[in-house]
Amino acid sequence: MFKHYFEGISGIASYPIFSLTIFFVFFMALGFWVFKAKKDYIKHMENLPLDNEK
Amino acid sequence: MSKDLSENRNQHQLEHFEYDNTIVKYFMVATVVFGIVGMLVGLTAAIQLFYPIFNFDLPYTTFGRIRPLHTNAIIFAFVGNAMFAGIYYSLPRLLKTAVFSPLLSRINFWGWQSIIVAAAITLPLGLTTGKEYAELEWPIDIAITLIWVVFGINLIGTIIKRREKHMYVAVWFYLATFITVAMLHLVNSFELPVSLFKSYSWYAGVQDALVQWWYGHNAVAFFLTTPFLGLMYYYMPKAANRPVYSYKLSIIHFWSLIFIYIWAGPHHLIYTSLPDWAQSLGTVFSIMLIAPSWGGMLNGLLTLRGAWDKVREDPVLKFFVVAVTAYGMATLEGPLLSLKNVNAIAHYTDWIVAHVHIGGLGWNGFMTFGMLYWLVPKMWRTSIYSNSLANTHFWLGTLGILIYALPMYWAGFVQALMWKEFTPDGLLAYPNFLETTKQIIPLHMSRAVGGTLYLIGALVMVYNLLKTAGQGDFLASEKDSAPALLKETESVETGWHNALESKPILFTVLSFVAVAIGGVVEFLPSFLIKSNVPTISSVEPYTPLELAGRDIYLKEGCVNCHSQMIRPFRSETERYGEYSKAGEFVYDHPFLWGSKRTGPDLHRIGSKYPDSWHYNHMIDPTTMSPGSVMPAYPWLAEENYDIASLPTKINAMRTLGVPYAEGFENEAINNANTQAEKIVDGLREAKIKTSKEKEIVALIAYLQRLGTDIKK
Repeated sequence: MFKHYFEGISGIASYPIFSLTIFFVFFMALGFWVFKAKKDYIKHMENLPLDNEK
Repeated sequence: MSKDLSENRNQHQLEHFEYDNTIVKYFMVATVVFGIVGMLVGLTAAIQLFYPIFNFDLPYTTFGRIRPLHTNAIIFAFVGNAMFAGIYYSLPRLLKTAVFSPLLSRINFWGWQSIIVAAAITLPLGLTTGKEYAELEWPIDIAITLIWVVFGINLIGTIIKRREKHMYVAVWFYLATFITVAMLHLVNSFELPVSLFKSYSWYAGVQDALVQWWYGHNAVAFFLTTPFLGLMYYYMPKAANRPVYSYKLSIIHFWSLIFIYIWAGPHHLIYTSLPDWAQSLGTVFSIMLIAPSWGGMLNGLLTLRGAWDKVREDPVLKFFVVAVTAYGMATLEGPLLSLKNVNAIAHYTDWIVAHVHIGGLGWNGFMTFGMLYWLVPKMWRTSIYSNSLANTHFWLGTLGILIYALPMYWAGFVQALMWKEFTPDGLLAYPNFLETTKQIIPLHMSRAVGGTLYLIGALVMVYNLLKTAGQGDFLASEKDSAPALLKETESVETGWHNALESKPILFTVLSFVAVAIGGVVEFLPSFLIKSNVPTISSVEPYTPLELAGRDIYLKEGCVNCHSQMIRPFRSETERYGEYSKAGEFVYDHPFLWGSKRTGPDLHRIGSKYPDSWHYNHMIDPTTMSPGSVMPAYPWLAEENYDIASLPTKINAMRTLGVPYAEGFENEAINNANTQAEKIVDGLREAKIKTSKEKEIVALIAYLQRLGTDIKK
């Protein structure tokens, strides 16, 4: 049943490489952003569950 | 809080709102009630495995029917209600707003409890789809979908109404839970109804197995893990009164966990007929999964750095520490179990049961207990009634887990070693499966003792919590205030990721992409590429009588103890016969490979014994196999099978792609009667009296057909 639909997609072979690229870029960017994240922001976030927010 | 943010906030007026504690209370009560019931059912099932008399000779209480009742009660009723309680308490507080709709909260509550009650009625009646952890039949599946959507609207609605611009990491875990469970449930429950309480899986054989274990694995991931990680990130800092060890780590933890988890499903099908590439993919992603899992565990445990003295005093923290440790152990063990060489030993044995109970009793149970011990005094504005009773519970529970799990690990190894042992002459050392069953009975008894201790501990908790609530004063709604949320233009951005989590819809979509991609990559080739499931020309559809027999096999839950998947090992081909091929299952809606061998594999049972052997064995297994722990099924010889529905079933199967000839549905009943009469005649020669419409005749027809097609 699904076969019918998937076969109709042109260039489906390039999807895996495309997705790999997206995820590689996403996780690199995520790592970079986390590494560079501002202390104030992190402090704000990690104190959110606590009542005695500073 | 950052300086810019707080300055901007102060320019806005404070808004006042209330948190609804009543709904949290409801879910907590349901958690405790269904938790106790689920554990009691589990204990009964455990006892049945060494005292078969506890099957009570009733159809409704046999192991095959109550095992799914136990798993569903624990997963969806106990853990599910605990998850809702935890979310309905933490979500509005993290977002500084009331829950989106109190009405939807109540629909969520009563809807979910009705589903649980429906499950508790239908599963003992034998109404099941046969797919593990997705046993509930189609009308209940639809109800689950509706209630899940209600929960989703309430969740996302609350996020949209928030006064806190940024979503704390716990909220991300809640969102991922909602989206992924919705996706899993919809895809796996694709089934064709044939009557009000009967349906057939849309997928067959290998494909059904792949979809089922993609679901089964990720139900563990996204129903038992992600919501509880969210709860961990909220309640552990709360209880320890200090922020999480590393918020940065939690961000990486979230994205890598949800991305990797979804791929690991095929590790439940190692050495089966699933194509090799899919098995390897499952293994590779399972090993990768150690990183985010342990990142999360360490983040939880290190939150207590410098506060370990508190752990000695506070039962809440004690429960959390053991819970997170159990999470760490189970998530290291899981990837190891997915290695082919380890899986060859562990699969189908009690090792797997031990593994899941480290997760269930340790991680989910202890997180829930810790959360309840923290929430009840808080919401009833008092302190815990008895710290020493809570400590007693902690030790009963911890010892219970050990006394449960250690014998089951041992039993797992004993089973695997006995199944695989050969004599110097090259013959199976234990050719009779029953020898291996009898060997582990003392270990099963010990497991039941562990379960009993754990249950007693939970009962101590019930008493303690009731006393706590009794001495306190329930706060139905808690007032709070916060400035209104800044408009986009006024906000201060510090990066693309905070921009992302201030846009919940986009965040939701991205999380969906992260979890959808793994499933798509695994499913596409097996649906698209013919060579993944090589067809076998001699494999033919079941006859109408066999189909009816298969439905009885499903109804009695035989799949809970018997696999139909012979792995390509000499120890298995010697014992059972030719190993199972993917092409043999193309008409199996649903697949019945099973995941546990409490009894022997049945894939090549066809033609192995005479019909009379099966008849006597079903009426009383001990007559044919002295010492057997299989329940007796005397009612199969008394009840008539549903012959009238055969034409509908044939039509349904044809819709699903089974090549029955046009018009065959009209011959189905005659065809079944002819085949049944032959069996009845044969039985008469063995001095057994029965008639052609009895369930046992259909079941014998099915069993005698199993695995015989390739011998033609």
